[in-house]
Amino acid sequence: MREFPTSAAFCIAALLTSAPLSAKTLVYCSEGSPENFYPAVNTTGTSFDAGSQIYDRIVDFERGGTKVVPGLAERWDISVDGTVYTFHLRGGVKWQSNRLFKPTRDFNADDILFSIERQWKESHPYFNVTSSNHSYFNDMGMPALLKSLEKVDEATVRITLNHPEAPFLSDLAMEYAGIQSKEYADAMMKAGTPEKIDQEPIGTGPFYLVQYQKDATIRYRAFAEHWAGKAKIDDLIFAITPDAEVRWAKLQKGECQIMPYPNPADLDTMRKNPNVQILEQPGLNVGYLAYNMTKKPFDDVRVRKALNMAINKKAIIDAVYLSTGVAAKNPIPPTMWSYNDDIKDDPFDPAAAKNLLAEAGYPDGFSTDLWAMPVQRPYNPNARRIAELMQADLAKIGVKAEIKSFEWGEYRKRLQDGEHQMGQFGWTGDNGDPDNFLNSLLGCAAAKTGGGNIAKFCYQPFEELVAKAKTVSDQAERTALYRKAQVVFKEQAPWFTIAHAVQLVPVRKEVIDFKPSPFARHTF
Amino acid sequence: MVRFALVRISQVIPTFIGITLVAFFLIRLVPGDPIEAMAGERGIDPARHERLLRDFGLDQPLLIQYGRYVSRVLQGDLGRSMVTRETVLSEFATLFPATLELSFCAMLIALVLGLPAGILAAVRRNSLLDHGVMGAALTGYSMPIFWWGLLLILLFSVELDLTPVSGRIGDVFYIEPVTGFLLIDTLLSDEPGAFASALSHLVLPAIVLGTIPLAVIARMTRSAMLEVLGEDYIRTARAKGLPGYRVIWLHALRNAAIPIVTVIGLQVGVLFTGAILTESLFSWPGVGKWLVEAIGRRDYPVLQGGTLLIGAAVMAVNLLVDLAYGMINPRIRHAA
Repeated sequence: MREFPTSAAFCIAALLTSAPLSAKTLVYCSEGSPENFYPAVNTTGTSFDAGSQIYDRIVDFERGGTKVVPGLAERWDISVDGTVYTFHLRGGVKWQSNRLFKPTRDFNADDILFSIERQWKESHPYFNVTSSNHSYFNDMGMPALLKSLEKVDEATVRITLNHPEAPFLSDLAMEYAGIQSKEYADAMMKAGTPEKIDQEPIGTGPFYLVQYQKDATIRYRAFAEHWAGKAKIDDLIFAITPDAEVRWAKLQKGECQIMPYPNPADLDTMRKNPNVQILEQPGLNVGYLAYNMTKKPFDDVRVRKALNMAINKKAIIDAVYLSTGVAAKNPIPPTMWSYNDDIKDDPFDPAAAKNLLAEAGYPDGFSTDLWAMPVQRPYNPNARRIAELMQADLAKIGVKAEIKSFEWGEYRKRLQDGEHQMGQFGWTGDNGDPDNFLNSLLGCAAAKTGGGNIAKFCYQPFEELVAKAKTVSDQAERTALYRKAQVVFKEQAPWFTIAHAVQLVPVRKEVIDFKPSPFARHTF
Repeated sequence: MVRFALVRISQVIPTFIGITLVAFFLIRLVPGDPIEAMAGERGIDPARHERLLRDFGLDQPLLIQYGRYVSRVLQGDLGRSMVTRETVLSEFATLFPATLELSFCAMLIALVLGLPAGILAAVRRNSLLDHGVMGAALTGYSMPIFWWGLLLILLFSVELDLTPVSGRIGDVFYIEPVTGFLLIDTLLSDEPGAFASALSHLVLPAIVLGTIPLAVIARMTRSAMLEVLGEDYIRTARAKGLPGYRVIWLHALRNAAIPIVTVIGLQVGVLFTGAILTESLFSWPGVGKWLVEAIGRRDYPVLQGGTLLIGAAVMAVNLLVDLAYGMINPRIRHAA
């Protein structure tokens, strides 16, 4: 049986300066209000943080890592052809209760069926409740992947896939797959208030919801009957504090003990504060500049390589990421399994870049656009500033880059439609599987208009490697395939890989054993 | 007076229609649509995008959308947030008391300090006090709210440890909303210390939000008083031997009241605008912060409904101010 994530999560030795809080209360200065408490229609980390305290999933990610470990299923079998997953569910798992509903039974297979079918089948009575926009279920390709879902008995569920999919278990460990109570759903449907299950949720997780005051606080209390034992903190409070400066002020004063997303400008002061420590976790993300390979001159690998050598990556990281980024040489972050550390990054060598450009037929350079996001993203703190630095570097080899930007939604859409020549973009991993980067961002299917492969890179040797890796279940074999794919990526240079942003979580010294998640989630 | 009131109320109707138009069309001029805004890096496939636009009724021509919107508004239905799926009215009802409480306290500070400061500055014209008050008023008026708020937090909360940093009440208190006004709810609750906590959380945001209205009221009071103090009837009152305080409070201030009341009425709009920044800074769960987030998410129903309701509140206050003119000055009442 796996170790319960919250069991070792916190020992709060002493809390707060003046407020008479219980010694077992943890206040987390969260950055915003959740959309609601139904993770399947949520798209933001803020909402996932709020929901993941309440819900469990069939399988889970290990605390602070990306390895899949048992959740509500204590074990599972996978058929030899990789298409049939049989989950053996944990017994004696209790549901929480609230003012609207008192459960009469433990968690069972019906709840799994309800939670998946609610997102899958349009005829399901709950499909449209709260929202029909089950973003992640669709984005992870579930409608096309799932063939059938059966209840074998109360404690066994069988899921059959249309084709083998190695990342399937990782997909089920994501927040959107949080398990809701069918009995509660039936009761609320009968009462004529089906949406209540998403507004006043109950789950099987370590904390139950006590009160949510929009834009103010979310209060949770430890669920004493949790299957892995009661959490070590009694009360968990999310003090919703959108401004990073104010979060920092509250942390200094002891009004909260953990804050996410510090302002990079405050980091030096934070490091000097004796009551605070900054936890670091290399983020599961990558920021990059993509060359549109369907447009000249970026269809020529020599041009792409030349530009890669002309841009001073270190200067960008020093000036823009400050201490919050590490140079990226591969499309996947170093913490991800199968990362190929043997690969050498393209050197910063403007003279060699100019020669290579001349060899490609552009001795005097050329003109191009250079797109920069209008907003700060987790993997890129200031795309405009990065674009300016790139522009200056490229000018030295004769490439005249015109910086362009659009409103964020419009930017992303045009980029995915391939309107750019060079464009900055990035990615934060969903499930810790290399496929989520290499296939989603560089596969041929994603290279079509509107797809996430904005370099429009469709190269058969690469495609064969990542396509094969997706279907084999042996991790060693997958690792070998992905390592080779990274070599091909580097040779073909569809991107100038910029950096992997480091996730920083300032916490007060009284907080012991909090582990930041590589997915930038905050679960307690 | 009844006719005067009816005329004023009838003038509210075109303003209200104007607000529905502005609220509806202005947000649609901002590039990007709500579905795209929700999508993140991954984007959304065109078929699902289409379907969601249809679900939200955004696939129809703008004029049809507007017609449906107005028809729903007339039935009291402001729609549901596209993000939370809660009704706009219920979200507004939850959050508005917080904004109202903050605005009320900010206005109280502005009036309690601004009126006497303006009167004193006028009575002691060209004195050190006058220059001091006007200098402070000009500084207050020019102060960027966000910066001013951060300065106060750093000084009073972090350095001096006198006030809480942000929020509406200490995390230790668990108050079930009854009226939504926390000062009242804490008094109704049995929790000892809750009222003091709520009050201490209100101090800094109310000062920050009240700063600009305070400055404006002080300056306007001084200017209106100066005008009145030069009138013949004031000289007559003084010549009759009336005590100074009676001359100022009964004769001067009453006649200077019209422009002052006008400015106070207009400051209500300023307060709601200022609340957007103040609430964001102090994590105050009011409608200002709600609307700012809705802009980022292109949450059309929230923006339309929120603008409409806040617009209605401002109009209601201005209507009251107009009616107050009639009471203060009978000539206005009769002219109508």
